[in-house]
Amino acid sequence: MTPIVAVEHLCKYFKTPRGQLHAVEDLSFAIEEKTTLGVVGESGCGKSTLGRTVMGLHESTAGVLRFEGEDVTRPNKAQKKNMHRQIQMIFQDPYSSLDPRMCVSDLIAEPMKAMGLCRDKTERERRVAELMDTVGLSRRFAFSYPHELDGGRRQRIGIARALSVDPKFIVCDEPVSALDVSIQAQILNLLQDLQDQRGLTYMFITHNLSVVKHISHSILVMYLGCEVEMCPSKELFKNPLHPYTKGLLSAIPIPSIHVQREEIIMKGEVTSPINPKPGCRFASRCPYAEARCHESLPAVEEILPGHLCACHRVREINGL
Amino acid sequence: MPEPGKILSGSIVYKDKNILDMTEKEVQDLRGNEISMIFQDPMTALNPVMTVGDQIAEVILRHQECTKAEAQVRMLEMLDKVGISGDRAGDYPHQFSGGMKQRIIIAIALACNPKLLLADEPTTALDVTIQAQVMRMVNELKKEFGTSMVLITHDLGIVAESCDAVAIMYAGEIVEYGSLEDIFDRTAHPYTIGLFGSIPRLDLDTDRLQPIQGLMPDPINLPEGCPFHPRCPYAKEACRHEKPGHAEITPGHFVKCLRAKEQLEEVTGS
Repeated sequence: MTPIVAVEHLCKYFKTPRGQLHAVEDLSFAIEEKTTLGVVGESGCGKSTLGRTVMGLHESTAGVLRFEGEDVTRPNKAQKKNMHRQIQMIFQDPYSSLDPRMCVSDLIAEPMKAMGLCRDKTERERRVAELMDTVGLSRRFAFSYPHELDGGRRQRIGIARALSVDPKFIVCDEPVSALDVSIQAQILNLLQDLQDQRGLTYMFITHNLSVVKHISHSILVMYLGCEVEMCPSKELFKNPLHPYTKGLLSAIPIPSIHVQREEIIMKGEVTSPINPKPGCRFASRCPYAEARCHESLPAVEEILPGHLCACHRVREINGL
Repeated sequence: MPEPGKILSGSIVYKDKNILDMTEKEVQDLRGNEISMIFQDPMTALNPVMTVGDQIAEVILRHQECTKAEAQVRMLEMLDKVGISGDRAGDYPHQFSGGMKQRIIIAIALACNPKLLLADEPTTALDVTIQAQVMRMVNELKKEFGTSMVLITHDLGIVAESCDAVAIMYAGEIVEYGSLEDIFDRTAHPYTIGLFGSIPRLDLDTDRLQPIQGLMPDPINLPEGCPFHPRCPYAKEACRHEKPGHAEITPGHFVKCLRAKEQLEEVTGS
């Protein structure tokens, strides 16, 4: 089976006055149909840039992007149109990603109009009502404006908009981070139900590891634009291999008073992605760093079956 | 309280004195000195046109009888305590990262050795690895200075790691209060139970979250009776009309819920 989305050696650099910003560095992964890939990392590690590049909103600096096996790195007009229809995005902030002057039904109908789908007005209205039912928005809100609704309902509009053109693949960029915990749980359940019903594939970008564990089939951990570790979700939490992943997992407070665990406090902060030094990006904070870690960037290797990791000393550290 | 907020009744007792009866001058002498605060958003809580060193020294000069030179020494000590090198005292807030700004705010809050520290979501704006650094530092300094702390947060994980007693609030009321063990192991209020069901857990495998249905009520138009009854899976007719009072279900564990009270009465047979 060909994966629905695949990227190979994807790079995205930005020019800044202070030098070249390496937002995404040599990433390769594939997402199988009807699964969720979670992308985690701290702020500024290139998660959102990756999402936008996969969407085709940024042109990649190098590398190959494939959608359903077809090379769409530099898409032609027809490919672009198809991509926009098949790949949709749910944005982080439901307060700023909706036009404040459009009512709910117009907001949900807009992507269909833009794609030239559902040209018949009554048909379109029927579809909007159907979508509102799907995402759990009561039909009485059809003529409300975004400012009249709370964050959870607004995020439901965002989801209905993404679904309106019947995509196969949805990039979710921190879809629940702006919401309260009880609303967050409602939205996560909705996204899971939609995946089961419609066979959707998600790329789920978040900084919240508990959320990503809950929703993902496999997880990609990023640090300063680089792939650090990638493996099936359960494996990552049971057996993290990379020192950064270990530290990240131990930094998350667990809402229970019976969990005892090793405390690893990472020193220092994330360094700048502008003109990065050669060597492992994590070396300056890594408790295991040695000379070679400062000299060359470690390659991503399959350390255990299905478990990829980029670290020079991974075998030593984990006694493999 | 911001205008037009008004404290209608009640008292705030600090060291046997009611703060509400104090003059503004007396309160100002307490603030930043005996009671100080760490704010949520380190990006906006600092003055952008004043060096961080001056901002720390300002609170020392206001409250302690000391010369400028002594305040400088104390300021450098505080910077050292929060892990920032003294030669950055002349830098402005925009030259620091979010985690470092929050450390500076903590240095300001602890500069006068307060007895009580109010921390309002101190790490919400920070990444998890930085959050772990900041929380560890706060807990160490708290121990070192013998400070009490009120930690305001929505993160039950942080509560489990740093608190001794917990008060759960809903729609302006404390609905459950007790020790850490009471809240985490003997959860009694349906709202608290709902909160625990809503969060995805790292330490457990859950297939489906159990969110609380519905939305927070509008504080201007609270429902009659128990404010949680429209969202409560156990709500009965009585919950619509009767406002529950505090019931002490085990010593020190208070719950504002009619159901918890009834269960208690069944057990005690009264």
